[in-house]
Amino acid sequence: MSSSTATALSNEEEKMDSANMNPIPKNKKPKRNRKILQNWQLYIFILPAFLYFFIFHYIPMYGVQIAFKDFIPSKGIWGSEWVGLEHFKRFFDSYYFWDLIKNTLGISVYELVVGFPLPIILALAINEAKDGLYKKTVQTVTYAPHFISVVVMAGMIIAFLSPATGIINHGLGLLGIDPIPFMSDPKWFKTVYVFSGVWQSTGWGTIIYLAALSGVDPQHHEAAIVDGATRLQRIWYINIPALVPTMVILLIMNVGNIMALGFEKILLLQNPLNMESSNVIATFVYQAGLLDAQYSFAAAVGLFNSVINAILLITVNQIAKKTSETSLW
Amino acid sequence: MNTAISETKTDKMIKTFIYIFLSLALIGVLYPVIYIISASISNPADVNSGKMWLFPKGITLEGYKIIFENSDIWRGYLNTIFYTVLGTSINLAVTIPAAYALSRKDLVGRNLLMGIFVLTMFFSGGLIPTYLVVKSLGMIDTIWALVLPNAAAVWNIVIARVFFQSSVPVELEESAKIDGASNFKIFFKIILPLSAPIIAVMALFYGVGHWNEYFNALIYLSDKAKFPLQLVLREILVLQEMTTENTQISGSMAEAMHSKQQLAAIIKYGVMIVSTLPIIVAYPFLQRHFVQGVMIGSLKG
Repeated sequence: MSSSTATALSNEEEKMDSANMNPIPKNKKPKRNRKILQNWQLYIFILPAFLYFFIFHYIPMYGVQIAFKDFIPSKGIWGSEWVGLEHFKRFFDSYYFWDLIKNTLGISVYELVVGFPLPIILALAINEAKDGLYKKTVQTVTYAPHFISVVVMAGMIIAFLSPATGIINHGLGLLGIDPIPFMSDPKWFKTVYVFSGVWQSTGWGTIIYLAALSGVDPQHHEAAIVDGATRLQRIWYINIPALVPTMVILLIMNVGNIMALGFEKILLLQNPLNMESSNVIATFVYQAGLLDAQYSFAAAVGLFNSVINAILLITVNQIAKKTSETSLW
Repeated sequence: MNTAISETKTDKMIKTFIYIFLSLALIGVLYPVIYIISASISNPADVNSGKMWLFPKGITLEGYKIIFENSDIWRGYLNTIFYTVLGTSINLAVTIPAAYALSRKDLVGRNLLMGIFVLTMFFSGGLIPTYLVVKSLGMIDTIWALVLPNAAAVWNIVIARVFFQSSVPVELEESAKIDGASNFKIFFKIILPLSAPIIAVMALFYGVGHWNEYFNALIYLSDKAKFPLQLVLREILVLQEMTTENTQISGSMAEAMHSKQQLAAIIKYGVMIVSTLPIIVAYPFLQRHFVQGVMIGSLKG
């Protein structure tokens, strides 16, 4: 899904660039004004969306300045006093700073390493299956968990992994393994988070790859068969190369999101016993900002997170641009 | 000749391997679902002790009875239906006209406007500044906090715009314009009747989002009467609280406590089913549309 956003974006920017490079000649200006007037109703169509983005996205961007201020609600954003980088300093010097960074990056990288290749492998396998009921069933069933709410997902995880009553520990018991307290032992948290995510999103993740695979010209395969290529060779030399652009885009998007992981699920799975490995920047912002009402401090931590994200996104995109032809912009 | 035969042999092996892999994926996804369904109607003691592991054992509907008698769940259900209908209607009213207008090549400034929208995908004020905006608008603890801060999604506008660009013939609009039709008229009389597929896809994407949403409700709502289903579920599934208003405590207290604990387990599985039911029922029929939505999106790539 996101890969196409990316391509849509790059198209968009190309267009914008070319528009900038060819300024509209003066004699066309009256025509343009007439066009605007003629289509005034179309601007009415856009108005609600415009207002929405302005109010709920651009005003908060303006509000980010509270990260550099000592925000007091009664004084308002503008009236509160500037304190420079004080909140950032406090965050960097805090004892939990490195823990938060370690957990955030740890979970993200783990998720990327495990979760990124699986949809590709599954898509390649589905693509090899003969069209028919079985293939359809596999697709329908593996897509389905995508629609399960994060709350139900967390409930399932907690119920299945319970040391006393959970089915997983009963299964491990049959193998002679003592019950494992998955939810209260910090060292299991990341694994639980990552593999429940694999269960939920691998199938849905295949859609975009299957779309790319359906674009492969069957003639390539026919020619390869005539030349005596095995199925594996055809997958390796025809199908996988066809997926590379999609992979690159998705990889860039994922790395660009590395600091913004699925924190709704983490928040639900968090408990005092696993905090050591489940406390990430996003849940910390929620805790500090909304529960403890330290608005400015939490906004500063959130801003730090976004800035790191933006830097990562730009860096990875730059690397992708240099090493392959595909990039976001 | 020999190589050809050996190749088909390895091909066959690979094919078998692929089918085994697919079957494992299928079982891996299905098993937890079957387990939940079975557990929700099984004797709680068998579920908790692990005796029930695939098919229901000692079938009982006690769990569902308690669920249906729980007023919090009912209220949450009704609230969620209301939020989903209202929220999705707002989403469609914002997304579809905007996407159509942005798809028109003769709209001056369309790239600039699109750029303004798309930028929000990569830069945001973050949780706290957004919360402060919602708060300053006086929307805390109102329905509006659940339906307005997510009144549109950039990605969905992009998808709908691609749909209009690729499936509405320009000639249709032009001939209507020559006939003197206004843009309003073109949109309502010509475009909307043609857009049933994209409206369906958008309604599904947004609708599922509203149905499953819990975080906005968590941060913006404090009045329990307004809680959507997902927040009620959170209390039952994650915080492990189940109000006992309707479980009759009879006999000795200890016995009641024990059976209550036992029951709590199958109630959990029951609420997972009940809350996901609308999606489960609709899913096989709607799957095509969801996939279509993703495909329309990737069409641009």
